[in-house]
Amino acid sequence: MSELRVEAKEKELDRVLEFVNNMVKDIQCSQRAMIQLDVAVEELFVNIAHYAYGENGGDALIVAEMQKESAILSVTFIDSGMPYNPLQKEDPDITLSVEERQIGGLGIYMVKKTMDEIFYQYKNGQNHLTIKKKMSA
Amino acid sequence: MNITKTREEGKLKVKLEGRLDTSTAPELERELGEALDNVTDLTLDFAELAYISSAGLRVLLTTQKRMNKQGNMVIQNANDDVKEVFEVTGFIDILTVE
Repeated sequence: MSELRVEAKEKELDRVLEFVNNMVKDIQCSQRAMIQLDVAVEELFVNIAHYAYGENGGDALIVAEMQKESAILSVTFIDSGMPYNPLQKEDPDITLSVEERQIGGLGIYMVKKTMDEIFYQYKNGQNHLTIKKKMSA
Repeated sequence: MNITKTREEGKLKVKLEGRLDTSTAPELERELGEALDNVTDLTLDFAELAYISSAGLRVLLTTQKRMNKQGNMVIQNANDDVKEVFEVTGFIDILTVE
């Protein structure tokens, strides 16, 4: 299990991506799985950076674990910001025309569609959001 | 991300190279905002685009909405991974992807 603690700021995104990508460097991953993972990590971290804290800011803790035998990667995003479960957000209507289409909620929708498992818990005053994905074919 | 623009009268071709994500999407939005005046045909060349996240989709949506008022917008040469993002999000139906 590895951990990374960063300031919950957009500018830390590259460090977060590097940390998560480093977890799977010894696994034969498909390009597709890697991109889906990057999209999910970006959406979840940027959500925290934008919405978890007010002006005073705060930290995000990212805990990642790679199960070598099964090639299942688990990544948990933890913040101490206001309680927020992004999974409760209603899925966007992806059949609307371009004029009616709203962008809100698309990021988390992509995460739901591309990860094998996703779950949320609020405990000890912190948001915990975990994604799991099998990284090899 | 590298953005290369080629303008020929009302036609603008924009080639993107790299990743269109939270860090780079604002740059594209700014560049297009200035460049789209009087453009009737916009071509986005995604041959060298490796990655797109929802921040990138946001820019594509606002650009598509603008181009619907003033002409056409086409996306060319998107790779399978980028196309899959369009499919998962239903963007494949509102964009013209060649």
